Amino acid sequence: MRVMAQLAMVMNLDKCIGCHTCSVTCKQAWTNRAGTEYVWFNNVETRPGQGYPRTYQDQEKWKGGWELNARGRLKLKAGGRLKKLFSIFANPLMPSIQDYYEPWTYDYDRLFSAPMQADTPVARPRSLITGEPTKISWSANWDDNLAGAPELAPSDPVLRKVSDQVTLSFEQAFMFYLPRICEHCLNPSCVSSCPSGAMYKRSEDGIVLVDQDRCRGWRMCVTGCPYKKVYFNHRTGKAEKCTFCFPRVEVGLPTVCSETCVGRLRYIGIILYDADRVTEAASVADDRALYEAQKSVMLDPHDPAVIAAARAEGIPEDWLEAARRSPIHKLIFEFGVALPLHPEYRTMPMVWYIPPLSPVVDVLAETGHDGEDAGNLFGAIDALRIPIGYLAELFTAGDPEPVRGVLRRLAAMRSYMRRLNLGQKADESIAAAVGMTGEGIEAMHRLLAIAPYGERYVIPKAHAEQGAQLEELATGCSLDYDGGPGMGGPFGEASGRPAPIAVENFHALRERQAGDDIDDAHELRGRVNLLNWDGKGTPDGLFPKNGKKES
Amino acid sequence: MNALDVLLWVVAPYVALTVFVLGHVWRYRYDKFGWTTRSSQMYESRLLRIGSPLFHFGILVVALGHIGGLVIPKSWTEAAGISEEAYHLVAVVLGTIAGVATLGGIAILIYRRRTVGPVFTATTRNDKLMYAVLAVTIVLGLVATVMANIVGGGYDYRTTISPWFRSIFYFQPDPALMAGAPLLFQLHALSALLLFAIWPFTRLVHMLTAPVGYLTRPYVVYRSRDEQRAGTRAPRRGWEPTSR
Repeated sequence: MRVMAQLAMVMNLDKCIGCHTCSVTCKQAWTNRAGTEYVWFNNVETRPGQGYPRTYQDQEKWKGGWELNARGRLKLKAGGRLKKLFSIFANPLMPSIQDYYEPWTYDYDRLFSAPMQADTPVARPRSLITGEPTKISWSANWDDNLAGAPELAPSDPVLRKVSDQVTLSFEQAFMFYLPRICEHCLNPSCVSSCPSGAMYKRSEDGIVLVDQDRCRGWRMCVTGCPYKKVYFNHRTGKAEKCTFCFPRVEVGLPTVCSETCVGRLRYIGIILYDADRVTEAASVADDRALYEAQKSVMLDPHDPAVIAAARAEGIPEDWLEAARRSPIHKLIFEFGVALPLHPEYRTMPMVWYIPPLSPVVDVLAETGHDGEDAGNLFGAIDALRIPIGYLAELFTAGDPEPVRGVLRRLAAMRSYMRRLNLGQKADESIAAAVGMTGEGIEAMHRLLAIAPYGERYVIPKAHAEQGAQLEELATGCSLDYDGGPGMGGPFGEASGRPAPIAVENFHALRERQAGDDIDDAHELRGRVNLLNWDGKGTPDGLFPKNGKKES
Repeated sequence: MNALDVLLWVVAPYVALTVFVLGHVWRYRYDKFGWTTRSSQMYESRLLRIGSPLFHFGILVVALGHIGGLVIPKSWTEAAGISEEAYHLVAVVLGTIAGVATLGGIAILIYRRRTVGPVFTATTRNDKLMYAVLAVTIVLGLVATVMANIVGGGYDYRTTISPWFRSIFYFQPDPALMAGAPLLFQLHALSALLLFAIWPFTRLVHMLTAPVGYLTRPYVVYRSRDEQRAGTRAPRRGWEPTSR
């Protein structure tokens, strides 16, 4: 047993209102630079829908993740080492900018510089790729809230798996939001695809990062990741990805997307797992067994044998304590309501989801039934084939049983807690019907519904004795922007040393606040410093200064 | 042997080689972040999928051919029982095929670079210079081969150019050997020297980090925060740790 610690996240989809605050704040913090205009480390997609980039879940097309070869051993779906090297000069499986979307800005200057005329001047869109006027026809969330669903949703690869004959008439539609970040997998296919060895999994906390000094832009990671969460910065020629906001989590703060989540639906904590058993678990023959296989790799932080093995590996005591208090461990094991996203990709993803009960409740409410009655809910969960099948394709490789189990538990919580809220007697039978106790249901309700900050985020700090090695001082991060301190090298846009994040942020903030430009590429330099924001007050630069109050 | 010969066939090669080696060392230390292919595949892949493999595989064969022709002495191949005619035939046939593939590849790539809007926008002046020198070198090399061997009666560079090339590396340069070579070969060699001299300062550096290590490496790479310091540069500003 080789115990390793992993930072993991769980998102409670029932609470996601699709406001995109996580996406926007993440973008402000990490990807508002030249070359990353199209990049959303965090995006929120409406399901059913094509997702971002379009149809990324269709692995017959994109060949992301792992598959088993004839001998039952894991191999990269896009091909092994030799095949990768032979296709290095033109990667046949790389999405083009059109598969994401062509980023644009607006010609704001026209609003000011247009001569006096009869018509109001208009700021026309301009492509940030070509610089030419453009017609906006797609974006990272173009099909938000099922917009255009009759034409667009049938191309949803998940929906196609569920049924060939799904009618997407408005009356029968179901919908929920799926926020996505990098999964920081236990068996990452992006890291395995990187020819340069520039991508790595941090052994302390399992965060998957790209070493910007070693990346040579071979682009195989983009293909390797089945979630398409590694992006190619087309200006610097380097891969970039979600960093799990390592400068924040190293000091015990949650990621920007979690901190700013309006619905408080994200949970962050530590999971202990057995690194020696990852390959074996990722190689089980049956896709549907992968969910249980991944659970079996994760270790019980209360088990004395695990604690002893973890100490032997040098995992600090406060990390073990955090693992015992981990909301992630509770949601996966104690309450059993969190499921992995697409376990069939065999990457062992570490951002898990509590599937939404809302599609079921919506149907019940529309048919005039009581959407909070346990009997009605249980019946509907058993009867509603398409929403359940859809969730199963997302979270359990198509096996509806685990999804039903989770939804029944959520339904039980709903009915049980309603009785308490209405001052009725607690009904233990509801809890017993889903294999829980009333006490357990109340604990789950506290974590899911009340969701106190300190229980949602249990993040041990990086250690003081490791302070000298903290990333911010040590390695390059990707935060270079056009004309910024790292981009002024002698060989054009990509050359020179990247600046440390704090320095770079400082410059960006100052330029944004002192700059005159609002309409051109220089605008991309400006940003609000959310990286160092602790969630209290408003960060500098988020809102324009009020002229009257300015002193 | 006059001063010009010494300048062209002794001074220039050493300058080019020195710049090539020290330039790479300097760039690797100073500009790891800029050490990349800077691929433009995101913008356009239809032409790239034809042009890029054509060029790269072509140039790899061409490079192997140059090693065979310049580095391996004629006496060795003859000792191995390969006659001059057999060597010559293989070299000319393979060289011409690979040369044409390389030239066709780079023609497609340059056409793409000029005509596809986003790709052209992403092209720096540095790139343009590099493309010009690279293309000229390839064209001259191909023309020299074709003129000497297909149009002309054949030229055995292994008795002149190759010994000159090797003489540079054992520090007894013999410019007279090169001074007698046909003009096209001389021009090809000179443009190649220029290419090597600008090499470390262009995107061509990606060749030196061709990822052959991938073939033997374990799939998943783990790195500790501690180890991250090794292999990456030291922090430029801020405090230095007192112990390492």
